[in-house]
Amino acid sequence: MPLLEVDSLTVEYWTRRGIIRAVDNVSFTLDKGEMLGLVGESGSGKSTLGHSLVHLLPTQGSIVGGHIRIGGKDVVGYSEEEMRSIRGEKIAFVFQDPMTSLNPVKKIGEHIIELIQTHKPNVSGEEALRFAEAALNDVGISTERINDYPHQFSGGMRQRIMIALAIALNPDIVIADEPTTALDVIVQAKIMDLLRDLCDAHGMALILITHDISVVLERCKKVIVMYAGNFVECADSVSLHNDPKHPYTQGLLRTVPNIELAEQRLEGITGSPPDLLDLPSGCRFWPRCPQAMEVCHMKGPPMVELENGRYVRCFLYGGLEQ
Amino acid sequence: MVLLGSGIVLSIVVMTLIAPWISPYNPSALNVGPIRSPPSPQFPLGTNHLGQDMLSRVLCGGSIMLQVSVLSVFLCLAIGVPIGLVSSYVGGAVDKIFSLITDSIYAFPGLVLAITIAAMLGRGAVNMAISIAVVYIPSYFRIVRSHVLTIKELQYTVAARAIGAKWYTILFRYILPNVVPSILSVATVNFADATLTAAGLTFVGLGVTKDIPDWGWDLTDGRVLLPSGAWWVITFPGIMIILLALGFTLIGEGLSELLNPRLEQ
Amino acid sequence: MGLRSYIATRVLLTIPMIMLLLTFVFLIIRVLPGDPVLLHFEKAASPETMALMRQRLGLDKPLLDQYFAYLAGLLHGDLGKSMQDFSPIAQQIFSAFPATLELAIYSMIIAVGLGVFLGVRSSKSYNSVQDHSIRVFGIVMYAIPIFFLGMIFQLIFGVVLHWFPTGGRIYPGMEPSGLTIGGVHISTGLYTIDSLLEGNIIKFLQALRYLFLPSLTLGLVLCGVFIRLTRTNMLETLHLDFVTAAKARGLKERTVLYGYAFRNAFLPVLTMMGLQFAALLGGAILTETTFSWPGLGRYLVDRINFRDYTAIQGDVVFFGLLVALISLVVDILYAYFDPRIRL
Repeated sequence: MPLLEVDSLTVEYWTRRGIIRAVDNVSFTLDKGEMLGLVGESGSGKSTLGHSLVHLLPTQGSIVGGHIRIGGKDVVGYSEEEMRSIRGEKIAFVFQDPMTSLNPVKKIGEHIIELIQTHKPNVSGEEALRFAEAALNDVGISTERINDYPHQFSGGMRQRIMIALAIALNPDIVIADEPTTALDVIVQAKIMDLLRDLCDAHGMALILITHDISVVLERCKKVIVMYAGNFVECADSVSLHNDPKHPYTQGLLRTVPNIELAEQRLEGITGSPPDLLDLPSGCRFWPRCPQAMEVCHMKGPPMVELENGRYVRCFLYGGLEQ
Repeated sequence: MVLLGSGIVLSIVVMTLIAPWISPYNPSALNVGPIRSPPSPQFPLGTNHLGQDMLSRVLCGGSIMLQVSVLSVFLCLAIGVPIGLVSSYVGGAVDKIFSLITDSIYAFPGLVLAITIAAMLGRGAVNMAISIAVVYIPSYFRIVRSHVLTIKELQYTVAARAIGAKWYTILFRYILPNVVPSILSVATVNFADATLTAAGLTFVGLGVTKDIPDWGWDLTDGRVLLPSGAWWVITFPGIMIILLALGFTLIGEGLSELLNPRLEQ
Repeated sequence: MGLRSYIATRVLLTIPMIMLLLTFVFLIIRVLPGDPVLLHFEKAASPETMALMRQRLGLDKPLLDQYFAYLAGLLHGDLGKSMQDFSPIAQQIFSAFPATLELAIYSMIIAVGLGVFLGVRSSKSYNSVQDHSIRVFGIVMYAIPIFFLGMIFQLIFGVVLHWFPTGGRIYPGMEPSGLTIGGVHISTGLYTIDSLLEGNIIKFLQALRYLFLPSLTLGLVLCGVFIRLTRTNMLETLHLDFVTAAKARGLKERTVLYGYAFRNAFLPVLTMMGLQFAALLGGAILTETTFSWPGLGRYLVDRINFRDYTAIQGDVVFFGLLVALISLVVDILYAYFDPRIRL
């Protein structure tokens, strides 16, 4: 049985201009220890998907359909208290902006100790402290700084602390939502590696949400590409890199600079993501697709399964019969 | 909200202006009716212990408060804003000195300061206005200063200096327009506070002389009538003061909401 | 920097401000139109009487000498002598001070307690009828002249309903005297505490009874500020990232609400309490006059009516020093609670 099973999940936002369907009928599975990359532009719905898994959508958002099964149990219907008990312990979340994610008036050691004592009340203060020190060590922060306040750390270090908090209780799943977007490039690589190494070492599954496809190709075994609320391609990273099927994926890969090419022109994808309140008819990508066909204007393609577990949502590969 | 507030204030202003013509009796005339009589058809708001008609007094009583508020705000604008602008723009020792002075005044309990100054200056509307102005000038100074300090370093100001613009041009054409909204905010609060402080000053005996009808006086005088249960003498003037202060406050709230739209979650 | 160096810096900064304040008050009393002695007598008094007064109060010396004498006196706790009977002002002030302090404490408790409570409720039920009514309540309260509210309360609760006394601090003869242990007399001057020290419940209840209306009046007028402040801060803080992040870790709702949201939203409330203290003293003047409460405020008004300018000076100086002290304490407390400030 897979660790996480998302089945036909749909998430909507209420806005003054109308209802936005940020996540439209998506399904995927995650196995124990598996590393999954979720890639998409801004507005693709990837962040919303991540937040919905832990029920931390903003007030205007809600899950309107589908199932999220963690260890077989559907958490969509869980109350706030039930969610609270699995957050941190079974499923953890690393946020995008480390500068604002820590409580300014608590020492970082207190953050960790508080977490431990909330979920494991029988742990003594001393044990919790040792635990906290070990956690900081794991992420490369000197234990001498355990009594320092968040504002005394740089962005990269704060993100390490956030990661320490996420893995402290050895959750089964870690969701990282653009964990390095707010950091500079050199720190990015370090943080990404840290995440991957820790998940590897503790056997935790990781869902890495990002707009940067190069980041996931290096580190994730499976990659899902998301566009305007839909999954458009799903494959293992090697196949995706060598043989991208969906035109959008191909476009994304072309935007990654390749250091080995002597001359390379960076190409963007023409156009911009659609307004979710005013989606194009048919396939959502057709206005920007260099290979769009007649049928793409009229019908939205279904997800088609290709050989060796790959999935694509594109009429180029099938789906016309339905 | 701005409309409601302005409506209230305007009606009071109008009422005060036309009061001499519409009051049934001379507000200061003594014994036009029986002493301490409750509201009746002849005297809809009753009479006080001097036999004066309360309705007339209520209609005419706002003039001092309005005058004092307007005068004090005017003084603040005329003194506080220019000093704030120049001091923070020039910077250096001058700015530090002015900041220190205004901070000291600002830290002081407003009413205490106003009372002290009024006590030394003596009675009268102008003196009341001066005392209130002195208490309020630091607020204007500070807000002007904080804006100037920010804008001074912004690109377009530095660019202006680079092309040789004169300091007063920069001050008035670049900085002042940005500061105006905040000044307006402070001014409305100032109006409201001035009204309440004026009432307070009168209450402790530092207001205008007795012969001028004033809501503050009615409250002070009416105090002695309380044990006998003569509620009408203080209630109506009191309500008027509340309305006036409320009117100004609403304008201020409305303005600040317009100027700084709050995050709608 | 650590807490200690912050405290030291802050104290040092306060000194010039206090100096300025003292000088300011000194100048106001002497330099503003009118010679204080002349103003005191108003109608013609014989030149001999005036000269005598000047001499006894040291007002005949050159301005600079007076200034130094004034400062020197302050260091000794000498606030000058009253024009009325040449008695030491400091003594009068110190006997009136506890009354004002007691009033201030209870008023602040009501203002902050009610204000924060309503502010939190308002923020939790954002944009509801409850939210709007609470906000309106706060605005209207601020617009009411303190003494008017006081008088209305006196009228309703005192004259009509006879539930509470309309003036004074306690029934004459019932003043609590505190505790005496082995020859050492402990009394705070605060009737509520002293009566408890004495173990006399009746006096305690009476003290509360007399305190109720004045502190309610002052507290209500000031609570508006706290309602608005708490509400705004809670609204902002509840949506901040670290609150969501805390929830994501599965922390309990109470922990999140109080340890994360409120603790961060509370800091400005603390500062506001300090700022409002100044307003409190001002408001106390009016409240004390209305309720004949024998505190510093009423003392000031009394002295004004008496044209006792040296006493006015003394009282105002005391007010100023008090406010400066409280601001200092509040700033230090703030630094204790918010480590970011210490840098």
